[in-house]
Formats: sequence, structure tokens, C-alpha cells
Amino acid sequence: MKKKMTSVKFAGTPEQEKKLDAIIEKYGKGEGAVMRILQDAQEVYGYLPIEVQQAISIKTGVPLAEIYGVATFYSQFSLNPKGKVSISVCLGTACYVKGAGKVIEKISEILGIQPGETSSDGKFSLDATRCLGACGLAPVITVNEDVYGKLKPEDVKDILEKY
Amino acid sequence: MKLSELASIKERMKDKVALRDGEKANRIVVCMGDCGISAGARAVLNTFVDSVYGAGLADTFTVTQTGCIGLCEFEPIVEVFTEDGNRTTYIKMTPERALEVVEKHIKGGTVVAEYTKEGAAR
Amino acid sequence: MIRSHVLICGGTGCTSSGSVTIHDLMEKELEKAGLSDEVKVVQTGCFGLCALGPIMIVYPEGIFYSAVKEEDVPEIVSEHLLKGNIVERLVYKDSVTGQHAKSLQETTFYKKQHRVALRNCGVIDPENIEEYIAKDGYAALGKVLTEMTPQGVIDEIKSSGLRGRGGGGFPTGNKWQFAANSVSDKKYVVCNADEGDPGAFMDRSILEGDPHAVIEAMAIAGYAIGADEGYVYVRAEYPIAVRRLKKAIEQAREYGLLGKNIFETGFDFDVHIRLGAGAFVCGEETALLTSIEGKRGEPRPRPPFPAVKGLFGQPTIINNVETYANVPQIILKGAGWFSSMGTEKSKGTKVFALGGKITHTGLVEVPMGTTLREIIEEIGGGIPNGKKFKAAQTGGPSGGCIPASLVDTPIDYDNLIAIGSMMGSGGLIVMDESDCMVDIAKFFLEFTVDESCGKCTPCRTGTMRLLEILEKITSGNGEMEDIARLEELCNYIKSASLCGLGQTAPNPVLSTLRYFRGEYIAHVKDKKCPAGVCKKLLSFSIDPDKCKGCTACARKCPVGAISGKVKEIHVIDASKCIKCGACMSTCKFGAIHKG
Repeated sequence: MKKKMTSVKFAGTPEQEKKLDAIIEKYGKGEGAVMRILQDAQEVYGYLPIEVQQAISIKTGVPLAEIYGVATFYSQFSLNPKGKVSISVCLGTACYVKGAGKVIEKISEILGIQPGETSSDGKFSLDATRCLGACGLAPVITVNEDVYGKLKPEDVKDILEKY
Repeated sequence: MKLSELASIKERMKDKVALRDGEKANRIVVCMGDCGISAGARAVLNTFVDSVYGAGLADTFTVTQTGCIGLCEFEPIVEVFTEDGNRTTYIKMTPERALEVVEKHIKGGTVVAEYTKEGAAR
Repeated sequence: MIRSHVLICGGTGCTSSGSVTIHDLMEKELEKAGLSDEVKVVQTGCFGLCALGPIMIVYPEGIFYSAVKEEDVPEIVSEHLLKGNIVERLVYKDSVTGQHAKSLQETTFYKKQHRVALRNCGVIDPENIEEYIAKDGYAALGKVLTEMTPQGVIDEIKSSGLRGRGGGGFPTGNKWQFAANSVSDKKYVVCNADEGDPGAFMDRSILEGDPHAVIEAMAIAGYAIGADEGYVYVRAEYPIAVRRLKKAIEQAREYGLLGKNIFETGFDFDVHIRLGAGAFVCGEETALLTSIEGKRGEPRPRPPFPAVKGLFGQPTIINNVETYANVPQIILKGAGWFSSMGTEKSKGTKVFALGGKITHTGLVEVPMGTTLREIIEEIGGGIPNGKKFKAAQTGGPSGGCIPASLVDTPIDYDNLIAIGSMMGSGGLIVMDESDCMVDIAKFFLEFTVDESCGKCTPCRTGTMRLLEILEKITSGNGEMEDIARLEELCNYIKSASLCGLGQTAPNPVLSTLRYFRGEYIAHVKDKKCPAGVCKKLLSFSIDPDKCKGCTACARKCPVGAISGKVKEIHVIDASKCIKCGACMSTCKFGAIHKG
């Protein structure tokens, strides 16, 4: 999967770094721990900028190339900061045949961003995700923690206005 | 854990999940219409639930409630349906009478005639 | 004492439609009515009828309420739970018979189902180990540890005929035998819960609804092959499943059903969870193992098979969630019971996730050999909106499309392969006449291109070229040679790819070419999309006989492509039209045609 690097400047805090140290402490420095460290680090920073990957590399001794390799391999890891409002549109088969493609187009049109991007004010980010398993409600989108099902493209505007 | 402990947990839990097997062929139905409730049907229902399920009979008897059956002057009414197809209608029930019905009818198999609609009429 | 149980579905589907709020509200209302000591609210796993959520069942009567809203809760409490009056308007109405179905078992959706793997889903509280024990939980583990030899367990699984439910259909007993035969101090049992097939969610539902069944089965497998440690590799996208599984493992440890000296037999076993991070290829067993080791989840060539050299280089068995969920029942009820269900070579039942253009989207479990027609028309309630059934897609990105002409095929592993599809994990997406088969093939190829791990060229580059040809065809630039090119390339990718992902990636193209070739030709030769899906091949026109000149379409058109005055016939300017279809849905007179 292709991943875009961010142009947003990294701004980590000492508290975040303290949390990162605790994570590494918890999982150990072995190679097998890389994925779990990255998963928890993303919880702390919201994304995995190269600076965080470098820090993990220095702290664990695992080469940056390997860490970067893992971070770019899995779609869960994001090298881009997410918007305050993170929108995911399910593009599983059930949602697709029920018109999820049109829903995502509509969101793109309203927000002026493509899937994988964050709006310039940092408020919204849009992603196309794999099946969320809520196929009974297809098509489904999630906005932060909220789930909206059985959507029509015309419903999108009202939903976005809530945020 | 020993195998015997597993068996005792299963035994202890059996009655608790037995409700979800659906209604049994033997049913005790308490009329819980507004008429029944105002005549004291809730206490009767609770007495049946406690004494039937408390005696470990949950897998043979279901205690349930139903709405008004149109005989409001005889409330609280309790109907007992047994798997042999018999239907007994008890009227003007109280918690004390309920306990007696559980002992004699539910456990003992003998209808408490004096509390039935026919028995009271006689 | 409790006299009534209210079961509320806490699966992902119902949670998304608000079942958690309903649950909280129900508890509050019961307290208000003074019924908290008489009525118990139980959060369960998935009932299967996900489209009708939130679902609620009231026992002992077994009344089945669907699409329950917050404002309905006080009525259910005051009328049903107190007075015993069923709230008729909320009782599920059977879409096939049109009747109110009082109990779950009465519905056409459930009647033909036979629940083995899903037996406890929607029946017990998955977060309470004692409810699982009440339903014979951990009795199978007790039986194997005290009464059976490891080889005896393997023989039982072998003779049951159980095959892997994750896709390939490899005989489970044989897999266990290979791992048991490998000599090593350390072996592993792995559960594949990386359900990546878009449109399949049975593994998630089992983990959400009956997590202990999987844990118990893994311990049984551990005893059979001589392993003392297990890993469940589960998608991070399934937060509810992960939470319940974690809780189940903790409870099992607390009760001494995991850990040291289980049932005082000297057998040790423990289970760990590893979260996937969103890579479809990790559903492939060797890739999954590499991912548990914390690396990029790339597959490696087999042999050596995991049963010989698997996780951390040790003998390992990998089975998926649904496969494990069958195991305790086979041990308790016997191989003969299990093999009495199903067809000659596919025993037992299979769970399907019904989705797409079907009335009852949800989860169904039927004996192997049930026909597609029974699943779609009876259990699934048919195609909504009066549309015609066109095809069913099974096996996700690795499978194919089954056309309407083969709807009476009994479904099992071998029949599906014979007709160019595969079982896969059991996703079953129903499509009607408004779905374009070339577009569906393109959809799956977009998926595989995105998910190809990039290790081997046939898959990495081959799927990309396939997608390019499909894009060419759907955009109206296809040539007849492209169809032959597609077929040729498909066969190369199939034979030369390293792992299952690449080997099966061409299936969606091959099966649609086999059964819907005419549709490809229409795209290439006539530059038309018969289903009206491929935008670049669409053109909208206004029927002058039907147009009343109401101007509704012209006002609705976002790009001003429609011109015409009041009470005059309108015209669409094809050069401006963006084919959004807004005019067509606005026109009250059916004057706008798409073709």
C-alpha cells in the first residue's frame, strides 16, 4: 500500500516521550516487539512521523529501515496526522454494492479532500477502510467513534455539519 | 480447578440459563392486568417465582405473566397448565395460597380444589 | 428471584445501531418500575439478523423484538415485563410469510439454519464464563484431558471430516497430525482471526458472542499436538471482539481453565492475543506467523509447512476461528454426529455472512450442501425492491461470482471450486441486475492491488496490469484483444504467485469472464454498461414524449447541463453532463433514460 509522508512539522511533547519510554519498557527491545510498540506509540502520538520512528530505533536498537518497513507495510499505521474529525468510509464488498462509492465521492466533494488526506485546517481527515464487519447496516461510515449506517449520499451533509 | 468443580458450576448455573430454553410444557401463568396488579398479583407472582425456581424446578416449570383475561372480579388469577393438557384456574390468590399451590399442586401433583374457580363456587 | 431474561444483542451490527443505549435505558427503566430483582438484562453476541438491529429477545416467552428504539423501552417494561402484554408492533414481522413471528425459531430466517459454530451466539453472555460452563463449556476440554489420548483426539477430529473454515478447506485432523508428528520441545497453537475478506464477519461474531469456545478448542488442540502456548491473531479493527476475548482469557485463567495443571492432569496451556494492523495478506498462514513475530507480514514459500517449522521456527498449527468453534462440539457429541451433517466430502455446517442486495443481511449457519437458492430465497428473504437476482459472490477477493443459472448448486468446498469460485471464509454477497460484473471484478482487483504485499512479481505487477486492463474496459477504451489478454495474464498470475493471495487474485476476473462474458463484450464492443454502473459508458437522455417541461431536472443539475424552458421539452448537453444521475432521480415522469 502506498503511503504519503506528511509535510506537517513534528511537535512531540516530553510527556509523550515519557509514555513512549514506558511502552518500550513494557514490550522489551527485541525485534518481535516492534509492531506492538508502533501500535501503542500511534495511540500516544496519533500518528507515526519519521521522528517517532527514529526515536524508537535509537531506543530499541532496531534499525530504522526495519521500523519504517513495518510502519509502511500495515495500513493501520499512519505517517500522516489525522484530522480532529476522522472519517472512515467502509469499502467492503457489502458496502460497495450498496453504494459506498457514491458516499465517499460526496464526502470528498464537500470537504475538498481525497481519501487518505487531511483538510488544510486540520479538522477533517478522510479514509477508505476495509470491511468494518457491520455489513447489515451497509453502507457504513464512522466519524471518530460514531457509526452511521444505511447511508445515502444526501445524508452526508447533515452528518458532517454535526462536527 | 478440578473436573468436579466444573460440574458443580454447571449445576449451579443450569437454572439460571434454563429460562432461555423457552417456555416449558408446564406453565404457571399469573394474570398481571391492571386489575390483577391492584388486587395484589405482583406479590403472588414473586412468590411463585421464588418458590418454584428456588426449589430448582426451573427446567420443568415456567412462571410467567399475562394480561387481563376478563374475569376481573376474581383477581388475582393464576392459571396452571401441565404437560398432560390440564388447565387449572385459581382465583383470589394470595402469597400464602401460592405457597400451598406450589407444595400440593406443583410438587405434589394434586389440585388445591378450594382455591379453583369451580371449588370456590361450590 | 429472576423470572425473566431480556437478551440484547451486543454484536458490532446492533452496537452500531444503538443497542448499548437501549441496554442502559432498559436497566434504568426496570429499576424505576421496581423490577430489577425480577428481570435480568443480558448482553449477548450476534443473533444474525444484523439489518434489523437493535434486537431484543424476552425469555421465557422467547418474544423477538426487532429495530427497538429508545422510546420503545418504557413500553416494553410497563406492558410486557410487568403485565405480560406483548408489544405487538415491535414483534419481528417475517418478510417471507408476512406474519408476526413470536419466537426466533419460528422465523423463516432461522428455520433452515443449524447452529453449531454459532450455537451460543445470542444465547449466553460472552463476558460471563459461568454461562458458557452452563452450556457444557469446558466439558470437552475436561473429557480430552481425563479420558482421551492426544492421538485419540486427533483421530476423532479426523473421522469427523472437519475441514478448515478459513478458505482452503484443508482437513483439520491431518493438520493436527502433522504437527503432532513433528518432534520438538516447543510447539504452538495459533488462531487466525485476521478476518480480512471484505463482507465476512462470522469470525468476529464468534469472538464477540462465544469467545470461550475458541479458547477451549485451542487448549484441546494444544493437548492433541503437545503445545503449551497459543496465540490469537485478531484484527485491530474489531475492538469489541478483542475486548471480549481479553476478558474471556482472564476469566479462564482465574478459573484455572488456562494456565498450569489444568483439571489437575499436569497439562499446561495459555493463550496470548496479538493484534493485526490491517494487512489482508496476514490471513495467509505463513504471513500471519511472520506478523506475530513483529515483522512485515510477508508470506514465505512452503514447504516447510508451519506444522514442521512455524511460529519462531517451531511446529505450529493454524486454524481459523470458525474451525475451532466446531471442535468442542465434535469432542462432546462425537465425530459421527458431526459427519452426519453435510455432503460426502464437506461435513458439518458452514456460517455465511449474507450481504449486498438481500432482505436479511446477517449471519446464517446451514449444513453443507444447502443450495444457494435456499439461502437466498428462504433464509435470506429474497432480493429487495422487486429486483432480479443476478449473481452471488463467494470467497471475497479470492473467490468468484455464481450466476443465477447455478443457483441450485449444493454449496460445499468442492462444488464451489468446480464452478470457479471458492468457499473462502464464507462471505456471500448477493447482487441484482443493477450491479455490473466488470465493475465488481475491478473492485476486487483494486483490493488485491492495494493488499498485495509486493514480495513476488506475478502478484505485485500482474494484479496491477489486470486492473489497468479492467479500467481501460470500463472507461470505454477496451479492445477485443483485451479480453484474451486478461485471460492469459490471469493464468500466469495463478500459476506463478508465491502465496494464496496471488494464486487466487484472478478468480473474480476469471469467473465473471466465464459467466458474464457478454457483459465484457458489451463494454468493449458497444461501449455500453448494461447495468448502468460504469460512469464513462453512461449517457443520459430525455424522452421527448414523456417530458412535461417542469424544469425540475434543470434546477437539480449541478453543472447546468440541462437546458429548456417551462413547458418545453428539455435537452441534456452530453459534453457538460457528469453522469451523476441527479436528474433521473428528480424526474417525476420517468422521462430520463440512462443507457
